[in-house]
Amino acid sequence: MGDRMDAESVRREVRAWLEASWNPDLSLVEWRKRLADSGWGCPAWPVEWLGRGLSVSLADVVAEEFERAGAVGTPGGGGMTLAAPTILEHGSDDLKRRLLRGIVTGEHTWCQLFSEPGSGSDLAGLTTRAELSPDGDEFIVNGQKLWSTSAHHAKYGMLLARTNWDVPKHRGITYFALEMHQPGVVAKPLRQMNGHASFNEVFLNDARVPVANAIGEVGNGWTVALATLAHERRSFDALRAAARSTKGKGRAYDEQRAEVAEIMAPYTWYPQRAGRADLIVERAKATGRNRDPVVRQEIAKLLSLARSTEWTARRAKAARVLGRPPGPEGSLGKLYASEIARACSRVHTLISGSDSLLAGADGPLDGIIAEILVSVPAVSIAGGTDEIQRNIVSERVLGLPKDPQTDAERAFRDVPRNRR
Amino acid sequence: MRWSPSEEQDELRRLVRRFLEEKSPASEVRRLMETPEGYEPGVWKQLSQELGLPGVHIPEKYGGQGLGFVELAIALEEMGRALLCAPYFASVALAANAILNAGTEAEKSALLPGIAAGETLATLAVAEPNGRWDAGGIELEARRGTGGWTLSGEKSFVVDGATAELIVVAARVAGSGLGLFHLRGGADGLARRPLVALDPTRKLARLTFKGARAESLGEAGGAAPALEKTLDQASALLANEMVGGAQKLLDMTVEYAKTRVQFGRPIGSFQAIKHKCADMLMALELARSSAYYAAACADGAPDELPAVASLAKAQGSDAYLELAAESIQIHGGLGFTWEQDVHLYFKRAKASEVLLGDPTYHRELLAQRWGI
Repeated sequence: MGDRMDAESVRREVRAWLEASWNPDLSLVEWRKRLADSGWGCPAWPVEWLGRGLSVSLADVVAEEFERAGAVGTPGGGGMTLAAPTILEHGSDDLKRRLLRGIVTGEHTWCQLFSEPGSGSDLAGLTTRAELSPDGDEFIVNGQKLWSTSAHHAKYGMLLARTNWDVPKHRGITYFALEMHQPGVVAKPLRQMNGHASFNEVFLNDARVPVANAIGEVGNGWTVALATLAHERRSFDALRAAARSTKGKGRAYDEQRAEVAEIMAPYTWYPQRAGRADLIVERAKATGRNRDPVVRQEIAKLLSLARSTEWTARRAKAARVLGRPPGPEGSLGKLYASEIARACSRVHTLISGSDSLLAGADGPLDGIIAEILVSVPAVSIAGGTDEIQRNIVSERVLGLPKDPQTDAERAFRDVPRNRR
Repeated sequence: MRWSPSEEQDELRRLVRRFLEEKSPASEVRRLMETPEGYEPGVWKQLSQELGLPGVHIPEKYGGQGLGFVELAIALEEMGRALLCAPYFASVALAANAILNAGTEAEKSALLPGIAAGETLATLAVAEPNGRWDAGGIELEARRGTGGWTLSGEKSFVVDGATAELIVVAARVAGSGLGLFHLRGGADGLARRPLVALDPTRKLARLTFKGARAESLGEAGGAAPALEKTLDQASALLANEMVGGAQKLLDMTVEYAKTRVQFGRPIGSFQAIKHKCADMLMALELARSSAYYAAACADGAPDELPAVASLAKAQGSDAYLELAAESIQIHGGLGFTWEQDVHLYFKRAKASEVLLGDPTYHRELLAQRWGI
């Protein structure tokens, strides 16, 4: 009952504030400065840090009112979804003061500098080094990072670097907020097998970062990184929601559309990466392949997989909503997505036959089918390989023993690693 | 549509599981599978009188508990888990549904209370030696003579056909389509031969009809829709039974992988084994989602049932068999012995794969039903 009273008073308050403050003719930054000042942009953040200290469910009420008013919210992208929660959880007050506001206003965008050519699944095996400068004021960073979205226009990078080589791998890492616009940082687009360049590789040559920009303690970066990774799954959902939202007229809307377009630009091939199960039946009918009994079997198998995956997600969600302990069904979504994508790739090939040889303007569906075939291999790698995911499922869900680790208790200096 | 079981449904599951853990341990399964009748009358009586399970989804006016297919599916899932040897699937999932779908009010009132009370063991005879599960495969003929209907022909793969006291038979009615008929197990003109089944925990029989007298169930000649609905419901229910067996296989296998030591480590710490177990879990959870959804459709979304029942049957069959095969593999040489219980589930999985139509058949049905 108390909650409902709260919800109603929050609703009244935010509604009144939006009526008084929301103006689509403001510039996007001007509007978001109001969001930052009032705390309504990030209602679940603490009151002293640009928020209103509301519970998640009350923050949902605020989001509903924003949607009802058609008001633009905080920016999508890695700043809000990854950097800000990490800074709030682990950053010093000085960092919160310096970094959070630019994230909320959208003036400062962020990228992630985690993966490296030599450390993919084994992120904690990273070898980018950060060494204290002789005067002790800053760290000097050398190494190479990979798979960074938006690194070419980001103001800051969430950087993981090794600051101590004499302790086991998880204990020698520090998490920094790195200024990207400096001579020691060079971002280059990384071209993928499907021809797109959605990510960057980032070269760090004597890049500099003040000691005060360490998020969390020096040497405690792994714990901080886990906080970021915990938010990563939610971030793509937020992005999709942002991409859906903007239709109105006015300067703030126009600028937001441009912002979303920039954030979403790297992801045009993501639907194809997932396999495009939605195209299967239509393609089979258009080509007449739906009359082939073998093709029919394969289509039925694929669609069974896709439908039952949806039902599995519904079961997981229902259990969550009822507050029941999560069952195994909640941990399998990523593995099912890989299976669906691969099955789609097979069945699209079966349907398109020799036309699968062709791409671009000559390819079926103006190249979409070809893009599916050469994008699907990403699904089972991005965001953690299927093999790692199976380890996690078998250990955490099924309770099987961990396999013995050879690197966890040794000084990282002595652990075998990839040659540069 | 409910996506999470109610507390009452969870309670039903706990009740049935407790009962079966006590009454149907592997030792009992092994004893009963060697007997010709294949079930323990004392346990059947308790299951009927104390738990009321044969009547779980039969309406109260016919002597049942009046619950739904979801509850029936829960009972079957638990029976699949325990590999219960009992005439439950034949009597409730097949015969009772056929009577509910095809019978007149008077016929339902006459036939269902006995099934609901567990006093009448019933079954449904559909397939013939040609092995088909669609209406087109039915050749057994029903003729109307001066003294009523007579049946001539042969049925095979009849679940619990040698012990059933009430047999519902799908037959071709000369000139007018399909009919469902019923007669007593000991009727004149009916010869019953138990078959040697690959899965000894589910008994099969061949029935030969030579002018056997039978009563029509509903209007003779118009039973095709009722038969199809019955088979869809039965497919959805069998899918749930399979999920129970598959979960038990996963439990047994994971437990074994945790405790079996080779090369100085539990084999479950090797990724080759872990990944197999993760794959087993994936197949199981999809099969579970489909089976549960199909049962829910049988209760609340009859238009969706035909496609979803076929989906669940095909997917459940593939999953159960995959889990059984991988379970044997992970158990290694021991998995191939008679002493280890895994083969009992493997045989149930193989038999369930084929009963009511194999996955290829059901996927084609699915394609048709989805308009592909």
